[in-house]
Amino acid sequence: MLKAEHLSFSAKDEERKIIDDISFCVNPGEMLVITGPNGSGKSTLMKLLMGIEKNDNGSINLDGEDITGLNIDERANAGMGYAFQQPPRFKGMTVRRLLSIAAGGGLSENNCCDLLSGVGLCAREYLNRQVDDTLSGGEMKRIEIATVLARPHKICLFDEPEAGIDLWSFSMLVKQFEKIHREKKESIIVISHQEKLINMADRIMLLKDGKIAGIGSRDEIASELFSNGGFFGCSKTNEES
Amino acid sequence: MEIDQITQNVLNQIDDAGFKQEGAYNLRYNGQALCHGDSEHIKIKKREDGNPGINVYISKDAQDETVHIPVVISKSGMNDEVYNDFYIEAGAKVNIIAGCGIHNSGCNDSRHDGIHSFHVGEGAQVTYAEKHYGEGEGTGGRFLNPQTRIYVGKDAQFNLDTAQIKGVDSTKRVTYVELEEGAKIYVTERLMTHDEQQAASNMDVVLNGKGSSAQIISRSVAKGRSVQVFHPKAIGNNDCHAHIQCDSIIMNEAKVSSIPEINANHVEAAIIHEAAIGRINNDQVTKLRTMGLSAQEAENVIIEAFLN
Repeated sequence: MLKAEHLSFSAKDEERKIIDDISFCVNPGEMLVITGPNGSGKSTLMKLLMGIEKNDNGSINLDGEDITGLNIDERANAGMGYAFQQPPRFKGMTVRRLLSIAAGGGLSENNCCDLLSGVGLCAREYLNRQVDDTLSGGEMKRIEIATVLARPHKICLFDEPEAGIDLWSFSMLVKQFEKIHREKKESIIVISHQEKLINMADRIMLLKDGKIAGIGSRDEIASELFSNGGFFGCSKTNEES
Repeated sequence: MEIDQITQNVLNQIDDAGFKQEGAYNLRYNGQALCHGDSEHIKIKKREDGNPGINVYISKDAQDETVHIPVVISKSGMNDEVYNDFYIEAGAKVNIIAGCGIHNSGCNDSRHDGIHSFHVGEGAQVTYAEKHYGEGEGTGGRFLNPQTRIYVGKDAQFNLDTAQIKGVDSTKRVTYVELEEGAKIYVTERLMTHDEQQAASNMDVVLNGKGSSAQIISRSVAKGRSVQVFHPKAIGNNDCHAHIQCDSIIMNEAKVSSIPEINANHVEAAIIHEAAIGRINNDQVTKLRTMGLSAQEAENVIIEAFLN
């Protein structure tokens, strides 16, 4: 279980709190979707959980261990995974090498292929390609998801996995989340505006101005989600609109 | 011929394919040929013009054959200059693995200047790999100054792979290439410098023939207070294509100058250059740390991949 208590964070030289006294928990096997308007602090909250940014106040606890003082790699080794909204590119690094590092050591060609197939990429074409400017934004995002799936975690954090990818890639992504969610082996936190992912969530957290405006099942926080006469911050998929 | 442990260690560093006393080979050790052998299609002869070095004759019947010509210097204060010429017949396909390693455990400077020339016949395909390496606990310097002249005949292809990853205090590399009709050259230059090391590379590629092409890729990492200067130059004298790409990672207090130069002397000459110098991207380090690597391990992985 991941437990965050009284997390606060202000950017340098700014008095405004980007994250303002946030407390919540994510249960084992639970899928929590964080949604909310731009600038509400969603990505910052994820960075605080992963140790990429340091919280000013509050604590983070993973399975009974206080991880507040741990740095990024220590949190990774404690069982946390993280998928970037805009994954960085690496000149000279092959997809195979990146996946092997992500898996924590050697990864057989078959395992690499399974990971790539799982995110909708034809493995043979990609294994020896470089993770550089020659890949499209959608390809980068899918490889990013594959790096997180490459090893088991206690909890995985996904920062807007749908951003910058095409509809076909998105449907592959949804299938991956359904699989993780169904197996209930790992907890997941996903920042998303997509109704499909929101509907899949066990609970939804609505973030506004660095504070939790609502947290609970879709029905429980429907009034906050549907405020202002629309589905707040979320885009509907074609078949459901 | 038995090879001592220091020499074997250096050979392991400079010859990725693994040096063996089989087929065509010549091991130059402290200024002398220590051992050498010919194959049916590749003959190695001592020069007769008074200069130290060898002539290597590769017949058209050599197909996917390899010749190893490493140089090892383990004597501190050694100043070795060698002239090696390669004559590759039309249609031959050959890998030439050169490279020089200096083990200097003394207080005097050791130096090797390898002056190589390649005469590549029509339609031949040549891959030439040259790796430089220095080691040893002595205070004496390790200097390597290679000069390479390559004449690529009609429709022939030459792959030039050079790498200097560690331990060379100073290097001045001079490369000159001439391409005839339909000839191609692919150059990959990899360099890492550290501490107070200095490295300079000047390369002229002259595209004389119609349909000739050149691709020059240079990747370098400069650490410590080291200094690197690159000056690749493509000169298009005909209907030809050339692409120069120089990428450098700069760290600590190092200095890097990248000066790609392109010259077109023909209306159909299409020549492009790109150059970039920058520090290691923080997002790259963060990404690898989220995969469990420490910041230092992440940096090493990024550099290793970049120089791959």
